[in-house]
Amino acid sequence: MKANYGFADATGEYYITIDTDKCDGCGDCVTACPEKLFEVAADDYGKVVAMIREEVRIKLGYLCPGYEAACRKKEVNCHSACGQDAIKHSW
Amino acid sequence: MLVAGLDMGNLTTKAVLLLDGDLLAQSLIMNSEGGDIDGRRAIQAALEESFFDFENIAFLATTGSGRKSVTFSMKQRSPASCIAKGAKRLVPSARTVIDVGAETCTVVRVDDLGGLEDSLGNERCASGTGVFLETMAKLMRMPWQKMADASLEAKSVAEISSMCAIFAEQEVISHVHREPPTPMNDIIAGIHASMATRVAGLAKRMGIKPDVVFSGGVANNKGFARILEDTLATKLDIPEYPEFVSALGAALTAHDEAFRQAG
Repeated sequence: MKANYGFADATGEYYITIDTDKCDGCGDCVTACPEKLFEVAADDYGKVVAMIREEVRIKLGYLCPGYEAACRKKEVNCHSACGQDAIKHSW
Repeated sequence: MLVAGLDMGNLTTKAVLLLDGDLLAQSLIMNSEGGDIDGRRAIQAALEESFFDFENIAFLATTGSGRKSVTFSMKQRSPASCIAKGAKRLVPSARTVIDVGAETCTVVRVDDLGGLEDSLGNERCASGTGVFLETMAKLMRMPWQKMADASLEAKSVAEISSMCAIFAEQEVISHVHREPPTPMNDIIAGIHASMATRVAGLAKRMGIKPDVVFSGGVANNKGFARILEDTLATKLDIPEYPEFVSALGAALTAHDEAFRQAG
């Protein structure tokens, strides 16, 4: 199952997609994210997976610079940390 | 066995009661203080139509934005999974569900077994939600039911390029003051078209797979539903009481959980 966290407004679409079929709940993304946007918890179906924290979900566009910007900085981020390639950005 | 599902929405709270898995009663109340008070009020209203009392409820599941505020809830589920469950029960062939509520717009993909495949929500922006229509209704000085009828009467659709409620309001005002003024029905059709663009955009991002169900309180707006159908170029299945789909999903969850914990 793909869980899309984020929002779309007049400036664009800001969604982080976590593929719960690929995610194994390792928590590497939780430590890697410089803005601490992730957490690992049981979803509705009981599977322990990564998710975006509820408090930051509607501020995602402000807190995360997006895929290109994060990778250009060459710092450790959710994409570099995830061994399952379970995380995708829409911007 | 009696179970209940509560959808603690942003504007209204919906309660659905199931007796042995079949719909017994459902009720909608306007939110007041929220939390336990509104939860109890909604359930009481539904119980009124039955011979049961609060104590007879074996299991209660809550969903909606206020799902964690009900202290007597026995299980909380995300709106996306409840929308999928409720829609699948009402329309077994459903594979995509578009739910438009007062302040949320959610698109859900359901797999062949009724499980949640993908879900996309927009709870931040007013465009594509009931709030957009409420704002426009105040501007047009008519209730949304009248706007729905007016939209269906429109001969053409006025151009409202903006999806943002703030900018769209400005465009509507300039349509009203144009010389000659744009016909009221056309402006209203334009309002619905602008909103449909946002909703359809979200749905297309998800990928539309028939059959498509349109749920949530806004699905009662036949004028908007028609324009959304045209924008998506797909037939929309609208259940009889679309505002209860998520609460039904919560009630079905309660039913499943009650059996799981008993067996």
